[in-house]
Amino acid sequence: MTRYLVWRLVLLVVSVFVASVLIFALLRLLPGDVATTIGGLRATPAQLARIRAELGLDRSLPAQYGSWIGGVLHGDFGRSQLDGSSVGAQLAQKLQVTAPLAAGGTLLALLIAVPLGVLAAVRHRSPVGAGVSALSQVGIAVPTLWVGLVLVLVFAVELNVLPAQGFPTNGWSDPGLAVRSLVLPWIALGLSEGAVLLRFVRSSVLGVLHSDYLRTARAKGLTRWGALLRHGLRNAALPVTSVLGLQIAALIVGAVVIEQVFTLPGVGSMLIADVANRDLVKVQGEVLVITGAVLVISFLIDIVHRLIDPRLREAG
Amino acid sequence: MSHRAPEYVPARPRRSAWRRRQAALRTVLAALVRRRSGVFGLVVFGLLVVAGLVSLAWTPFDPEATDVHSAWLLPLHGGHLLGTDRLGHDQFSQLLAGSRETLLTAVAAGVLAAVIGLVLALAAAMTPRRFGAVVVQLIDILIAFPVLLLAMILAAVYGGSTVTAIAAIGVGYGVVVARVARGEIASVRQTDYVLAAQAAGARTGRIVRKHVLPNIAPTLIVQLSLAMALAVLAEAALTYLGYGTSPSVPSWGGMLAEQQAYISARPLLVIWPGLAIAITVLGLNLLGDALRDASDPRLRGEVA
Repeated sequence: MTRYLVWRLVLLVVSVFVASVLIFALLRLLPGDVATTIGGLRATPAQLARIRAELGLDRSLPAQYGSWIGGVLHGDFGRSQLDGSSVGAQLAQKLQVTAPLAAGGTLLALLIAVPLGVLAAVRHRSPVGAGVSALSQVGIAVPTLWVGLVLVLVFAVELNVLPAQGFPTNGWSDPGLAVRSLVLPWIALGLSEGAVLLRFVRSSVLGVLHSDYLRTARAKGLTRWGALLRHGLRNAALPVTSVLGLQIAALIVGAVVIEQVFTLPGVGSMLIADVANRDLVKVQGEVLVITGAVLVISFLIDIVHRLIDPRLREAG
Repeated sequence: MSHRAPEYVPARPRRSAWRRRQAALRTVLAALVRRRSGVFGLVVFGLLVVAGLVSLAWTPFDPEATDVHSAWLLPLHGGHLLGTDRLGHDQFSQLLAGSRETLLTAVAAGVLAAVIGLVLALAAAMTPRRFGAVVVQLIDILIAFPVLLLAMILAAVYGGSTVTAIAAIGVGYGVVVARVARGEIASVRQTDYVLAAQAAGARTGRIVRKHVLPNIAPTLIVQLSLAMALAVLAEAALTYLGYGTSPSVPSWGGMLAEQQAYISARPLLVIWPGLAIAITVLGLNLLGDALRDASDPRLRGEVA
């Protein structure tokens, strides 16, 4: 396990490094000039050169990368090219919305996918199982943002029980209010991601349903559900955790879109605004934070995957 | 299938590769149309193609014509099948015209993803071990990179357009296809007939053409269909966010973005494009699943 942990940690560091180089390269090597964005189209060449020097754009690419990544390692994500505000401080503030949004969405997705997926597998020959499978197919096909819009329509417009959009300006100082504004976004994310996960839960439970060890457990007197709960689910959980690791990227993208539907002031909305302004320093910081989060979470899920599988744990 | 007794077969020259491929295709198609999900998928995709082509020549109204006198019409009023929006745009015509953008993105991004996936998978599985291992790690890192982020980086530099959306979706799902195809290629590579070909001195290029490609073609076609479904969803989301198709071109994601503000007054205007996207994606996903079953001889007999 220790050897695996070290290897996986090295891999995580390399991945984040490669991702940071990719992000930097994509944003710098492609044409498009921040100086003209700031200076405007009428800026003289001298003005443009001054802006470039101020932003450090006149230095060599490796030097620019070095100072960016050196700052990130100290928690300094640089300053906005347009208004000079600290990118790190803004990110920290926006994460207070995005992190609970993504975490709650994942939790709800699991709460939907696991019980229904097991049910769909166990009852796969009955109308109940077929119905659940069909619903998950529909859930996968429906765009997350449309789920959000329909939820707004039903709960905010028609029933008027929950806010349609926005987040309290004073953040989490009134937790009740903050939670209320996250309920619909959570449901939208949970339904969309839950539908995807449900299919994987169903197929992996179906896979263990006919296993020898489950038949043995039944033979020694356990009921069908008893055998499945004690022996089957732990085995079925293995492929599901790997899929969850891959789904994290999709979930975070879903969160970006959902933030826009519900006008939540999160990292996604920030990114969208900064892309429109072509504020490259902010965009590269935001993209790095989001990609880094995906990589760290899939790292953690891989470790959990090892822990729940004793065979892999002992393999070292 | 030949009905001749086996002993006559060696006397005739083997059927040409083209004829054999045609026969295989017929078997798969026959298995496909025996499945309800396969028929549904084919019908949906067919409708999308027809809608896109028809809209080039004809739509009931000009989808972009502003007519304030027939604004806010309910469905089936004034000859507007699905009603009109605040500018009097006929929603059915907009849906028809928008299907072009959906079809274009789905096909272009899907094919791009399949090509990138195939090239990466071949680079990972058919090259010397050390090089292959590096490619595999690269694929794993790129998979963590969300498609939407890639699209937004491109949009930050170039400004969002259908082209940046297609490029981002194609590259983003290409690595997913690569992961699936690499496993398939690795298992084909270990078969006895590939070993035999290698022993007979066949070069890598010949093995890829004669053995690897025909064997992974079904997998690639299934992945193409699933990638197209994902591309439809991603294009709609990107356009909704303002980083895909330009607002001046009719598109389903653009309709959602446009009508969101009037959701309390005219909820139906948000429902139509959402339904169109959902049915298209459902059809492509089911087509992919049915193709997977139909191309697998072990499952071909079962009808789901």
